[in-house]
Amino acid sequence: MADAPKLVNITVDGKPVAAPAGTLLIEACKTVGIEVPSFCYYPNLSLQGACRMCLVRVEKMPKLQTACTTGITEGMVVVTDSDEIRQARKSMVEMLLGNHPLDCPVCDAGGECELQDMTFSYGAAESKFIELKQHRDEQQWSPVVYFDRPRCILCYRCVRVCGEGMDVWALGVDNRGAVSTIVPNKQDHLECEECGMCIDICPVGALTSGAYRYKTRPWEMKHVGTTCTHCADGCKTTLGVRRSDTGMEIVRGDNRDKSGINGDFLCIKGRYAFDFANNEDRLTQPLIRKGGRLVPATWEEAFEFVGRRFKEVLDREGGRAIGVIGSTRTTNEENYLLQKFARVALGTNNIDHHRTADFPAFAAALHGKSGATASMRDVYNASAILLIGNDPTEEHPLLAWQIRNNVRLHNARLYVVNSRPIKLRRQAASFTQVTSETDFTEFLGGDESLASFATREGWNAVRDKLRAEQGLVIIFGSEIFGEDIQALARFAASVPGAKLLCLGDYANSRGAADMGLYPDLLPGYFPVSGAGKFHQEWKITPAAPGMNIGQMFEATKTGQLKALYVIGANPVGRLNVNPSTLKNTFVVVQDMFLTETAALADVVLPAANAYEKAGTFTNTCGDIQILKKAGEVTTAKPDFEMIVRIADAIGFDVRKLVPFGHGVHADMGQSRGAQSGEADQHAVWLEANGLEPKMSPFDPVATLDEIQRLVPGYDVSRTELLAGNDQHTSIAAMGPGTVQNPELIVPAKNNLFSSGTLGRYSRTLNSVIENKDPEPADAVPTD
Amino acid sequence: MRFSDQFEQRFTEMLTHYPTKRSVLVPTLLYAQDEVGFLSEEVIAEIASRLDLTELDVRNVISYYSMLTTKPRGKFNVQVCRNISCLLRGADELIEHCEKKLGIGHKGTTPDGLFSFEHVECIGACSWAPAVQVNYDFHENLTTETMDRVLDEYRKKVQ
Ligand code: SF4
Ligand code: SF4
Ligand code: SF4
Ligand code: FES
Ligand code: FES
Repeated sequence: MADAPKLVNITVDGKPVAAPAGTLLIEACKTVGIEVPSFCYYPNLSLQGACRMCLVRVEKMPKLQTACTTGITEGMVVVTDSDEIRQARKSMVEMLLGNHPLDCPVCDAGGECELQDMTFSYGAAESKFIELKQHRDEQQWSPVVYFDRPRCILCYRCVRVCGEGMDVWALGVDNRGAVSTIVPNKQDHLECEECGMCIDICPVGALTSGAYRYKTRPWEMKHVGTTCTHCADGCKTTLGVRRSDTGMEIVRGDNRDKSGINGDFLCIKGRYAFDFANNEDRLTQPLIRKGGRLVPATWEEAFEFVGRRFKEVLDREGGRAIGVIGSTRTTNEENYLLQKFARVALGTNNIDHHRTADFPAFAAALHGKSGATASMRDVYNASAILLIGNDPTEEHPLLAWQIRNNVRLHNARLYVVNSRPIKLRRQAASFTQVTSETDFTEFLGGDESLASFATREGWNAVRDKLRAEQGLVIIFGSEIFGEDIQALARFAASVPGAKLLCLGDYANSRGAADMGLYPDLLPGYFPVSGAGKFHQEWKITPAAPGMNIGQMFEATKTGQLKALYVIGANPVGRLNVNPSTLKNTFVVVQDMFLTETAALADVVLPAANAYEKAGTFTNTCGDIQILKKAGEVTTAKPDFEMIVRIADAIGFDVRKLVPFGHGVHADMGQSRGAQSGEADQHAVWLEANGLEPKMSPFDPVATLDEIQRLVPGYDVSRTELLAGNDQHTSIAAMGPGTVQNPELIVPAKNNLFSSGTLGRYSRTLNSVIENKDPEPADAVPTD
Repeated sequence: MRFSDQFEQRFTEMLTHYPTKRSVLVPTLLYAQDEVGFLSEEVIAEIASRLDLTELDVRNVISYYSMLTTKPRGKFNVQVCRNISCLLRGADELIEHCEKKLGIGHKGTTPDGLFSFEHVECIGACSWAPAVQVNYDFHENLTTETMDRVLDEYRKKVQ
């Protein structure tokens, strides 16, 4: 890290301001709460100086100066508000409005438009222009991007964010002067990442989104900050929701307040692919197989039936005969509850999930090495990054954004090692193409023999450079697993300050692993044989490892496994499980859709998705973040509630599962009539945050309490968490992990436009032309 | 795609003049246009790839300069200046006259492909206004009569 830069002293509107040398005047003003209006200026993008809204008077300079392009110098005296300046700004706004259609009452941006705001603050009520306005019809550039040319104020923010921020360079400017216009790269349409960053950054309603346009007005929505449910990067997304016939409908996703690890970044999935929730194929009622067909049933009927059948198996053969498959998209609380349900209520360790990365080996490699893991924020600030395997541009869009922008804005050195020429090599200081990522990893770990004669010199040079780095973040994909993670950790230990980051694939893959959805590992990677604290608290903990996902399907074939409980997973569709193996097994599936697995089940329970519930997710870096309930459908239940209901139906005391009501004696206001103010306020707060009072067995916060108590590394600040801030959990503090069964790791291979089951049911993802491999839902057999 | 040897020579030579490749874009486009007649999709793709630019970049630059065109033009491109000096000295009549004579409007091309016509901003010949540029040649102090003669001379060139 460089030394802190020298402070420069200036005076703005009579106030003394000190800021580091090199700070732009507009930013220096912000630090003392003085807002200089701007259109074309956008932090972290190149300077444009196009709109001249930011004019200020700098003493000793002949003309008004643009605050967005002027660097501060010692002793500078600045005035940001005077008659002269106000007049200048007024003229700028008048010019912009010269051909701007005044269609604010129907424009998507109306109510949150920077031009509206500026006109209100600095503009004039009348215009000297009498020319007719030039109308141009709106253009559709892609299913998600529309362009309304007359509304454009030519600030070029869209062009810059697409080029500099996204490295896509899909937008440009045609013509010059007053007839300049923004154009897409394919003349009449776009071929790009469809991220919508250009729409989001547009200060007016010139670029609008296919998902949201003309649907509602900003003030008619409630805005809920939660976490993206697609890839494993954990972007914070603010969902705009609105009342609908069936509850609350999500109509928009963005992160304009830049809170969260992603700032204002979202990829197409986070920004638009919430539409799976409204897909008409979504299950709306429980289904029970009767006479070979799945027929609708009531919730009571379904829970009673599942409870009875599970109980029969338990009584006859014990927990050994039941298997549980968890999800990479359910919350930490649900995952934790599910494994506890399996272990405590069913008495079995037969629990697993679709593994996409070798987190147990990662835990093993870093056991006791505190500070050795990198957070998503570290990736943006690290002075150097080594990326082995994976293609973040496709599989981890936020990670790719962090890397690109760290290189662009902080001159970080990026070392890419990959068997394919991935796009991030464009930002790389060095790109080493290898035949296998594992060879290079083992070479780093000390096995010199793996560098062939042809590659030795190059590999040595890269290794020497890496060793000389301070503050290196080493990121690796699922190509690296088992012992190789150990090798990498060994190398990391030889580089002072180096941190590691292991890439998994789904929104809560890391959470599923951390919460112990393994037949041999408890939450926090403790072996089932050494249950320790968990045993003290739960009383029952089966000590022998259970069956893993592969063994479970073997056992259903042989008839050893009589019942299978699948939550938010589709092993038949994703892991190539032969459907016939499930013929004689009682299968219960909780899902949003009739997946290949659900279609074979005996009972299907319609589940709420991550946008419809409260809880926490842990991203692939180990950053834990909160989920707040945004959407709502009355026809589905959160997995948490369903697990508890099934436990209850088996006859298990749910208090032993969810420690609700412990020491909580709140009166929620029912008994106090007019004096119910305070408790009501609390209830309103809980509701507003999508939480349930802790007196309910369906309260995930009670389980979060237990997680924070029992899973080392998860004892992060609850205040920060509830405030919506990411908190880095520490894997070093967790259990010893294990190095085995790498064959169970099946990468999801999702790209920018696919997202497992959710992707299939997202019209947006299947509609964009860049999706070369659309997988629309009707391809799924329903019987 | 293939350009003439002369083009290739100039192109290679120009690359040595600037620190970055993209700096040669505008002259390269001009030379290509002189050779092909206009900047076709094929030309755009070729130049973009040679200079490590996107086709979008190249098209943006073409659209900025009125001297560059993506549509075929007539053999002789008649550009009548209509900036202030020329206007004061009769550019309007000249424009009207040309339009009538050639039977085409601004940015039009005659059916025989001989002439294109457009009005342009100042071409730097104000001292001899009104001025007209045909391809790279200037014609100055024009009247409707001398304009006719100019056009006739060009017509003769191809006969
Ligand atoms: S959607 Fe994203 S990639 Fe496409 S043009 Fe806009 S900013 Fe560029
Ligand atoms: S489309 Fe929007 S962001 Fe792009 S230049 Fe126009 S006003 Fe600015
Ligand atoms: S990068 Fe990942 S977490 Fe972020 S919006 Fe895209 S899919 Fe969601
Ligand atoms: S904000 Fe300074 S010129 Fe646009
Ligand atoms: S105004 Fe016509 S040449 Fe200058």
